[in-house]
Amino acid sequence: MMHVGTRILTVEDDERIRTAVRLALEDEGWEVEETANGEEALAAFTREPSDVVLIDIMLPGVDGFEVCRSIRRTSAVPIVMVTARSDTHDVVAGLEAGADDYLTKPFAPKELSARIRALLRRYRSSETMPATMHFDQLEIAPEEGVVRLAGIEVHLTRTEFQLLVELGQHAGKILSREDLLERVWGYDYFGDGRLVDVHVRRLRTKIEPDAANPRFVVTVRGMGYKLQP
Amino acid sequence: MTTVTEERRSIRPVGLRTRISMAFAISGLILSVVLAGATMVLSREQFIEAREESAAAIAVNNAVRLNNQLTPDATVEDLPSMLDSLTSLEGSQPLVRLRADWLLAPEFGRGDIPGVLTALVEDGQPGQIRAIVAGRPQLVIGIPLPSFDAAYYVVVDLDGVADTLGSIRIILLSAGAATTLLGAVIGWWASRRTLRPLRRVSEAARAIAGGRLDTRLERQADPDLDNLVDSFNGMVEALETRIRRDARFASEVSHELRSPLMTLTTTVGVLEARRDQFSERSRTALDLLSQDLARFSRMVEDLLEISRFDAGAASLELTEINVSNFVHASLRVAHLDHVDVTDGFGGRPVMIDADKRRLARVMANLLGNATHHGGGLTGVFMERDSEVVRIGIDDDGPGVPASEREQIFDRFSRGSSAGRRGGTSGAGLGLSLVWEDVRLHAGRVWVEDRYDGGSGARFVIELPLPLDDPEAATT
Repeated sequence: MMHVGTRILTVEDDERIRTAVRLALEDEGWEVEETANGEEALAAFTREPSDVVLIDIMLPGVDGFEVCRSIRRTSAVPIVMVTARSDTHDVVAGLEAGADDYLTKPFAPKELSARIRALLRRYRSSETMPATMHFDQLEIAPEEGVVRLAGIEVHLTRTEFQLLVELGQHAGKILSREDLLERVWGYDYFGDGRLVDVHVRRLRTKIEPDAANPRFVVTVRGMGYKLQP
Repeated sequence: MTTVTEERRSIRPVGLRTRISMAFAISGLILSVVLAGATMVLSREQFIEAREESAAAIAVNNAVRLNNQLTPDATVEDLPSMLDSLTSLEGSQPLVRLRADWLLAPEFGRGDIPGVLTALVEDGQPGQIRAIVAGRPQLVIGIPLPSFDAAYYVVVDLDGVADTLGSIRIILLSAGAATTLLGAVIGWWASRRTLRPLRRVSEAARAIAGGRLDTRLERQADPDLDNLVDSFNGMVEALETRIRRDARFASEVSHELRSPLMTLTTTVGVLEARRDQFSERSRTALDLLSQDLARFSRMVEDLLEISRFDAGAASLELTEINVSNFVHASLRVAHLDHVDVTDGFGGRPVMIDADKRRLARVMANLLGNATHHGGGLTGVFMERDSEVVRIGIDDDGPGVPASEREQIFDRFSRGSSAGRRGGTSGAGLGLSLVWEDVRLHAGRVWVEDRYDGGSGARFVIELPLPLDDPEAATT
């Protein structure tokens, strides 16, 4: 099995859903650690960090956003958030709390495993690494998996990193939201553009000297984004 | 039928404002008629009495002076010069009896003096009497002059008062007309003021009917109107509570259904992964289970979405969308890329601001509809003018009869073609969601006949182009 050894931490308060999700994920050959609330999840993650975290936003006690933020403080692990609705600000709030992707209930197990696989693929993509890129003070080193700004390492999540590498590889060219959704998240045309927007926003706060007037990742109105060399 | 409508039109009730103005005008008219009438009667009496009094005073004075001028040997021939020196009241004519002779007035003879008065005067008593003399109202005054066996009469024309009364009548009539007119004007103005709060009520009612349930009337600084405002607001409050409760109920039910649905969907997925291990019968059962679960899921999602529209909680997540790319992507997702797309854009990109998720659902619904109920998709067209972009979806089915073209967008409406629909037919919410989604984009959706003369239906979505569209600016 390709994913043997991959551990997935799930946080879901509904026991039946939790069990069903575990069955589905185990079918993919992944090892699943179930937790029923935010406190348990954080304790489990501290004890032994997993490769992917699946968080339901609606949790009793410490909510999903807080679990997301707490994990993000120490780890760049891919996080998939589960929301009840897609049109509320839950999605944006979850992405801003540090989630890499989201799913809306009820989702099919195929969708879930496809999302997780896309995140893991990025996480482990090691075959044809592009060469190190330099833009002013910004250095992107895909082989090392690091980004440096004026020689100092910037901590990016895997998704932010992947996004920056894609933009860097096409420096000076405009990439539409659809392009980025496909390249970074593996979505088709109908992926949620907010994924791109929120990640770009988060990326800017980390690499831009002034996030309000970006020097590197600029918005091209009505077209998409580009990295300005 | 026509005559009935005409009849109804002819007896159409007069508006409240007209009625109020008319009531004011009629009141003004009645009031002025009564007042004018009373004024006429009273002033007539006043004038006549005043004339009588002055005529009597002058007559007494004249009689005294005539008495002083008369001499025992005076004859009728002396009288005219004496009378000339007396005070003469306009419209009065003196008559004098001296012994057996009479000095008569040009218009009156002795027969004109009422006998009652002559008798009184001959008896030595002065007197006066109102009488119709020569066909006109006259005052006849008689004063005896016993020292000379004479009598002084004077006939005073009371008709002269009529001229004065005539002018007064004209004045009163004009005043009456003015009062009536003023009444109408005041009525019009007052009814406008009175009805103004009602107009606000009607505007508010229209707003509420239009879906703005939070519309309320503001209290005015008028205790009489506050009653209306309070009961109106109370009614809207109750209405809003009920509507929101209904919408919340649908939303909560759908939410409650989601958890078991989630478990079901996931476990059915787990079972499907083991399909190969099942017997033929179990596989058939699993297929039925998973197909109907998918249907059920979609129904719950649609219901949830509809209840969001009902609660007014549906919002647009606008992004810029290239219409052509969007249509081709929709076909790709629905595995319909082989279908002909007629592109009327002339190779230029057409961009709209739209909610991609909602628009994708609209397309998926219409494409699915054409595939499952419309005998298959036969073509898609795109066209634009200076203000809107239209996407048309043609199918090969029996078409939609003109009488059902509006109601197929109603909830759970399937029309007479329902029987022809396959076992996979949706919940009947699909097209109503299409309608709501398109309407949220300020667009329109309708169904018509195919242009190419084919038997099928053509569903058309019309969406507004953004105001800064380059071609909209040039046209």
